[in-house]
Order: sequence, then structure tokens, then C-alpha cells
Amino acid sequence: MKNRNTIIFSSLSLLLLLTLLLNISMGQVAIPMKEVFRSLFGGHASKETWEYIIVNFRLPKAITAILVGIGLSISGLLMQTLFRNPLAGPYVLGLSSGSSLGVAFVILGAGFLPAVFSQFLLSSYGIILASCIGSLLVLLMILIVSQRLRDTMSILIVGLMFSSFTSAIVSVFTYFSSAEQLQKYTFWSMGSIGNLSWQNISILAVAVFIGLGFSLLSLKPLDTLLLGENYAKSMGLNIKKARYIIIFATSILAGSITAFAGPIAFIGLAVPHLGKLLFQTSNHKVLYFATLLIGAVIMLFCDMISQMPGFDFTLPINAITSIIGAPVVIWLIVRKKSIQ
Amino acid sequence: MSSNKIILSTSNLSIGYQSKKGNHTIAQNLNLTFEEGKLISLVGGNGIGKSTLLRTVTGIQKPLSGTVTLNEKDIHLYTTLDLAQNLSLVLTEKLPPSNLTVFELIALGRQPYTNWLGKLSTDDLEKINQAITLTHIEHLIDKKHHEISDGQLQIVLIARALAQDTPLIILDEPTTHLDLFHKVSVFKLLKKLSQETNKCILFSTHDIDLAIQLSDEMIVMTENSVEQDQPCNLITKGIFNTLFKDSSITFDGEKGKFVVS
Repeated sequence: MKNRNTIIFSSLSLLLLLTLLLNISMGQVAIPMKEVFRSLFGGHASKETWEYIIVNFRLPKAITAILVGIGLSISGLLMQTLFRNPLAGPYVLGLSSGSSLGVAFVILGAGFLPAVFSQFLLSSYGIILASCIGSLLVLLMILIVSQRLRDTMSILIVGLMFSSFTSAIVSVFTYFSSAEQLQKYTFWSMGSIGNLSWQNISILAVAVFIGLGFSLLSLKPLDTLLLGENYAKSMGLNIKKARYIIIFATSILAGSITAFAGPIAFIGLAVPHLGKLLFQTSNHKVLYFATLLIGAVIMLFCDMISQMPGFDFTLPINAITSIIGAPVVIWLIVRKKSIQ
Repeated sequence: MSSNKIILSTSNLSIGYQSKKGNHTIAQNLNLTFEEGKLISLVGGNGIGKSTLLRTVTGIQKPLSGTVTLNEKDIHLYTTLDLAQNLSLVLTEKLPPSNLTVFELIALGRQPYTNWLGKLSTDDLEKINQAITLTHIEHLIDKKHHEISDGQLQIVLIARALAQDTPLIILDEPTTHLDLFHKVSVFKLLKKLSQETNKCILFSTHDIDLAIQLSDEMIVMTENSVEQDQPCNLITKGIFNTLFKDSSITFDGEKGKFVVS
């Protein structure tokens, strides 16, 4: 079993490296792999434009894709165990809608506030803050509801209701906002990982790493929770504390990513299942790294599809993840046994 | 009666629920003692309050009055972690779906002792292997926990509690849903464990005839009283006749079982 895991892990790491290189080489301007390799590892590409494209566009985009893939997948993994529900994920439970509401509030509502506030709110910090608060609020509400409802199916339905509720409020906001604000919001909501500056990426990276760190702290509690909350308590787990850490980790992951890249569907739901399917385990130490690698690979892959070579336009990433993710989830449910 | 060490005792314990309308008392003035090396069964009809009693002696629910003392300390003064090192549980609830193997499930019993990442030390592995050997489930350890039968799963859950290495193990109806063969093997296993490991094992059950044959002591809950004694003494006292309201169910003390007339 140990050997099998090592083999899968090494192949996944190789696959990640490969997709990373492929991702950087592909795009409207195709750059040969050899040149990508050379400019990534300290050398100079033979054309200056290539190097410029790689350093200023391709590399930041690839890193964003990796951060987004990792963060969303890990937050999905945490939520699936916390809610004991294979269908939990940042998108399904309304976290992304919560973020959307926060961002909509800022982008579309900032006009109503004095200029000093609106300037801060419309900066990237303001948008991240709003997005994190939005997802945190939704998660807290779901948690409160989940303590009254033992049935996990109802929690999921409540999550869906929160989604519709927040989208309704966003619609109300859009009704009262200007065309310019509306455009800004619409672009945000289609999801994009392409136009982040290096500065933005470092903010996102810090947020994601904080989230990953807290997730690392909750690996043992998550394993304990596999037997249900009553057993977990009898084995000495401080459920409240564990729950707060998990919630904090998921909301900072889902919140910061949604702030920068827009609401991206299905990654958080599907990737943990692929990890469980591949490694045939529930051990969170294994699943953590599995989910991390698979999330990064899938997100890089989706990004490649969103800007297929030969087309001079980029499809919204959110559409691609849904087109790939939805069938994967359906397939998983049909295969029912693997959805444990 | 004997010089065994008392693991858990209750003094003047009243159990029940607090609500806005006032207290709903289920049983009061309970003075029970659980000694090491004893297999003790808790019997009583449905809805008589067995679960409430178990919840109270495990510290999950606060007593209305009186105290529960575990290892000479009030059970409510323990931290969750300390309690987990003194008391382990086997519950009736269904396990959530997961890919846990039997070995991993038993290893979770070591959680109160492992570091923040849950890494198993050699000592932990030794305790896990001991639990596996004692329960004779060596052939199951690589299977997923959802692949084995209900009877096997029950034994695996007992092994998990053993791995938790506590002086007291409490089981909530460990033999429900099992056929006679598996009921008997679970009972015999519990008996063996209480003798070989010197742990105190308390369990609730509806299999009264089996409990009479195998327990060292029994706690019989009826609407009016809660009695703790050795099974033969309880039979002499005629307690079992008061167990059910229906007068057509009587206990035949000679045969040691219930008769429907």
C-alpha cells in the first residue's frame, strides 16, 4: 500500500511539472517547450518577446492557477469531512455566493459611500476583505443551521438556499448600479486567473499559505471526525476548537481565491473525490497532499483549455471548470461506492 | 464485597432532563459502583432511561444532582483529553461513510496519546496490535470498515476502544442487530476482556438472558427502582418480574429466562 502511494505521488508530481511547462508554452503565442524550460531555469529565451510573455503573463497565470487549484481543493476536502457530506464544497454550500455578495456589495455599492471608504474598498485589499467576510458569514450561518439540523441532506439544501438568497441580493444591487460597475462585476464573476499582478499574486499566496497551514493543523481532528462527532469527542477531540480552525481555514482559502479569481465552480467538490478514488483512503495526511497535487494539475489543465491554441480569445475559466467538473461529479455519484 | 479498585462510582445521583417547566427526573438516589475487572450489564425496558444513565455516567450529560466520580475525581472536572484517557465508548450510531481500513479505525483509538499530526509511536503500535490480538481480528485489518459484517464491525469497534487503553469501557447496546451467534461471541469477548485486561466494562443490552449468564453484576432499571447486584441475587429478589409492565411476561428463576404465559 505504501509503495503504491509513493508511485502515485511521484507520477502526480511529474504530471504537475509537465502540465506546468505545457501551460506556460501554450497560448495565443506558442512558445517551444525548450525555450520555456530555459527561461524558467535562469537562462534567456532566444526571443526577447517570449521571455517577456513568460515572465509577465504566463508564469503569473500559471502560479495563480496552481494557488487557486490547491486552495479550492483543500477547502473542499475539509468541508466534505466536517459536514460528513460528499457533496460539500465551497461552491455548493454557498461560500462562493457569499464571497460574490461581499464583492458585489463593494463594487456595486461603493458609490453610496463617501469617497475615502470607496477608494479603500475598491482596492484589491478591500475586495479580498469583502470576499472573505462574505464567505465567512455564509459558512457561520451554515454552521449554526447544521447544529440544529442533524440531517446532512438538509444542510446541503440550506446551503443551496443561501446561494439563491445571496444571488437575489446581488440582482437587487445590479438593478441599481451603473453600466460601468455592472461590467466590472460581471467580469469578476466569470472568473479569471489571467490578470493578476505579481503583487496581487503575493497577497493571494500569503492568504492561501495561511489557509493551508491551518488545514495542516486540522488533519488529525479530521481523521478523528471520520467516526462521527460523538466518537471524536470520546477520543478527546475539542470539537468546537477543531470546527473553528477548519472553518477559518476554508473561508480564508475560498474567500481570498474568490476575491482574486472570481467564483470558480466544481474544483473544490470534484478534486477531493478524485484524490479519494486514486488513493483509496480516508487518511487525511495522504489526501491532503493528493488533493493539493491534483487540484494544481486540474486547474492548470482547465486554464489550458480556456485558451486553446489557435483561438485568439480566452474563455471564462468558470465555464471550463463547470464543463469539466459537472460530468466528473455525475460520474462519481453514479459510481456511488467511490463517493465515500 | 471484594477488594477490587473502584473505577467509577455515583453518589446520590439523580438523572433526568432540565427544561423550562422544571426538572424531569428519570431516576434518583443512585449509588452505583463500577470496579475493575468486572463485566457489568445494564438492562431495562425501552424508554426507561438507560441511555440517560449512560450519558450521565460518561459525563456527556450533567446530573440533576449528586456526583459521578471517575478515578477519585468528579467526571465534570476532567478535560476532554483527560477523560478520553480514562473512559472509552462504543456507540450504537452508524459510522459515516469513509474509506478507513480496520487497522486505521483501531489506530484512531490512540488519538488521545498522539502528537498534533497523529503520528503513531512504537508504543501506540504495540497497543494497537495488542487490541487486535485480544479480539482475534488479524485477518480483517487490511479490509475497509464498510466491507465487513455488522458482527465483525462491532468487534472492531471494541478493539478500537481497547486501543484507547482506558480502565473503563462503556458500550451502548453492543449486541443489537446481531444474530445469536454473534451476540454470544460479543458477550464472551467482553467477559474475556474484563478478566484478562482487568478493565471495567459496562454495557447496556436487551439480551437479558445472556446478560444473566455472563455478567459479573447487573444493573436493572425499572420505573420504581434501580438495583445493582450479582445476577443470582437479583433472581432471588425477583427483580426481573418487575422489569416489564405486562403481567403475562414472567421470569422463570429456575430456567433463567423469560416466559410468556
